[in-house]
Amino acid sequence: MDADLIVQILFAAIKTGTPLLFIALGEVICEKSGILNLGQEGMMLMGAVVGFLAAYGTGNAGLGVIAAMAMGAIMSLIFAVLVLQLGANQVATGLALTIFGTGLSAFVGSGVVGQTIQGFQPVMIPLLSDIPLIGRILFSHDILVYLSFVMAFILFFVINKTRMGLTLKAVGENPHAANAIGIKVLRVRYLAIMFGGAMAGISGAYMSLVYTPMWVENMTAGRGWIALALVVFASWRVGRIVIGAYLFGVASIMHLVLQGMGWSISPNLLAMLPYVATVIVMVIISADHFKEKLLAPRSLGKTFDPREMA
Amino acid sequence: MKLKSLFVGLGLLASVSAAQAEEPFKVGFVYVGPVGDLGWSYEHDRGRQELDSYFGDKVKTTYVENVPEGADAERVITQLAKAGNDLIFTTSFGFMNPTLKVAKRFPKVTFEHATGYKRSKNLGTYVLRTYEGRYVSGVTAGLMTKTNTIGYIGSFPIPEVIRDIDATFMAAKSVNPNVKMKIVWVNSWYDPGKETDAANALIDQGVDVLMQHTDSPAPLIAAEKRGIRAIGQASDQSKFAPNAHIFSVRDDWAPYYIKTTKSVMDGTWKPADFWGGFDEDMLSLASINPNLPAAVRAKIDETYTAIKSGEFKPFTGPIKDNKGNIVVAEGHTLTDQELAQVNWYVEGITDEVPR
Repeated sequence: MDADLIVQILFAAIKTGTPLLFIALGEVICEKSGILNLGQEGMMLMGAVVGFLAAYGTGNAGLGVIAAMAMGAIMSLIFAVLVLQLGANQVATGLALTIFGTGLSAFVGSGVVGQTIQGFQPVMIPLLSDIPLIGRILFSHDILVYLSFVMAFILFFVINKTRMGLTLKAVGENPHAANAIGIKVLRVRYLAIMFGGAMAGISGAYMSLVYTPMWVENMTAGRGWIALALVVFASWRVGRIVIGAYLFGVASIMHLVLQGMGWSISPNLLAMLPYVATVIVMVIISADHFKEKLLAPRSLGKTFDPREMA
Repeated sequence: MKLKSLFVGLGLLASVSAAQAEEPFKVGFVYVGPVGDLGWSYEHDRGRQELDSYFGDKVKTTYVENVPEGADAERVITQLAKAGNDLIFTTSFGFMNPTLKVAKRFPKVTFEHATGYKRSKNLGTYVLRTYEGRYVSGVTAGLMTKTNTIGYIGSFPIPEVIRDIDATFMAAKSVNPNVKMKIVWVNSWYDPGKETDAANALIDQGVDVLMQHTDSPAPLIAAEKRGIRAIGQASDQSKFAPNAHIFSVRDDWAPYYIKTTKSVMDGTWKPADFWGGFDEDMLSLASINPNLPAAVRAKIDETYTAIKSGEFKPFTGPIKDNKGNIVVAEGHTLTDQELAQVNWYVEGITDEVPR
C-alpha cells in the first residue's frame, strides 16, 4: 500500500465521517441537557429531502443547507413539545419521530427521485491546502466539511469553557437543582433539542447535496443510529466524538479498499460491525448502572416537570 | 409512498364492490421498491404501462409499490387476488414463498413470479438473461481500459450476480488478456452512500472502467466526477454521467407482460420457467455514448448481434473456474437450470466467492 493510497483512504474517511460528526455533535448537546432523542434518523432524512428540494428548486446548494437546518429544527420541535410540554416518554417519542420522518421524507421526495444537482464543489484554502499530505487529507474538501471542523471546535469550547456549557451540564445532571438556582430547565432543553435537530438537518443535507448529490428513499441507511452509538462510545465528549466519527469513516472505507486489493474477508461480517456495535450500545444506554460509569448525564432520558417541585 | 400503497389498497376494495359482468381483464403488479427508483421497479412499471396502452380498454392494471419482502407481501398479493385480478405479477425474489402460498389459495388466478424457481399449476416464473448484457459490457470494458484494471460493485453473492461477474470477466479477457478485475461487495441492492464509497475505493486503486450490480446511479455519478468510464444497469442512466456513461444494459419487461397477458386471456397459458434476453428484446443497450472510439463501437455491435442471433452463447465450454477445475466441459453450453446455480468464479479472477 503506497502513500498515495493512504492519503486517498484518509481523505475518503473524512468525507464518510462528516455526516456522522454533524449528527453526533447535535445529539451530544441534546443529551448533555438530559434528553435522549432517538429521532435522529427521521430528522436526518427530512433534512436530506428538504435540503435537496430547496437546492433543486432554487439551484443554490447553500439555501438547501439552510432549509435542511430549519426542517431538522422543526422536526425536533415536535419532539420537544411532546416530551417537554406533555411529558411523553422520550424513547417512544424518538422512535416515533424516526418512523414518521422516514415515511414523510419518502412521500415528500417522490417527485424528485432520480434528479441530480450540482452540489458543493471542493474549496481550497490558501496555505493550508498546500501542506503536503495533511493539506490533501484535511483541506481539499467542500465547505460543509470545514463547517464541521469549526462546529467541533466551537462546541468543545462552549461545553468546557463557558457559563453556557455549565448551565447545559447542570440541567442534564440535576434538573431539580438547576431549577432551584433559577435556571429555566425547559428553555435550555428546548434549545438543546432544536440545536440537535438543526445539526441532524445539516447532516442530512450533507448526504443529499455532497455525498451523493441526489435524493433516494432512506438514503441515510442507518447513519442516525450509528451516530447515537457514537455519542455513547465517546462518553459524551466532543474530542472523542471527532475521533470516533473519523475512525468509523476509516473502517467503512478500509473494508471496501481491502476487498479491491483481493483480501477475502466476508463482506457480510464487515458490513455488520457498525450495527452490532450500535445494538450493544443501545443495550448499554438502557441499563442504569452502566450509565454512571460512562459519565452519562445523570438525568438522561428522565422526564422533568417543574410543576412537581415544591 | 406507504400512503400511496394504502390508497391503492382502498381503491382495490372499492373496485370489488363495484364488480360488473362485463369487466376488463385485470392484471396486478407487486413491486419491491418505489416506481421512481429509476432501476428495477421503474422498469417493471414501464412494462406495465406499455401493457396498458397495448390492450387499451380490454385490460385494466393496478400496482402496489414499496412492498417489503415477507409477511406484508402475502397480504398485498392476497388483496390483489381478492380484488378480482386474473393475472398477478410479483417482481422480486423475496416474493417467492408468499406468491406460492397465495397461488394455492386462488387456483383460478394466474401468478407469475420474477427471478424465482418455485412453480405450481397456476404459478410460472420469468427472469432476464442479464449475463448477455454483462458480456457486451465486459468486452467494452476490456477495450476501453487504459490501466488494464476494471471494477465491479457487487450486491449479494447469489448465483445471478456471480454469473454476471463471470460473464463480464470472460468477455473482458477475450479482448484484453492483461485485464484484471477488482470486485467489491456492498451488501445492498440500494445504498447510494455505500455505492459511492465503493466506486471511489475502486477508482483510487486504478480502476478506470466501472460496472455495478446495484441499483442506484451513485457509481455513475462518482465515475463522472473522477473522470473515468462506467456502464449503467437496469435502466438508462446516461443523464447521470454524460461523459462517463458508456451504455446502460436496460431491462424491458413489456414484451413478456404483453405475451403472457395474451396467453392467459385466450387460455393457452401454462406454467413455465421463462428466460428472456437480447433475442426477445427484453434486454437492450441504451444510449450508447457517441464519444466511444469507432472500433469499440463496432465491437459492441458485433458482440451484441452475435449473442442476439444465438450464434454465440457466453457460457459455452471449455470453462475453468479459478481453482483450475473444469466447470463447463468442451462443447457443452450451460442449460438454464445450470445457469441458475453458478457459484464459481471463472479462471483469472483472483478473489474468492464470499461465503
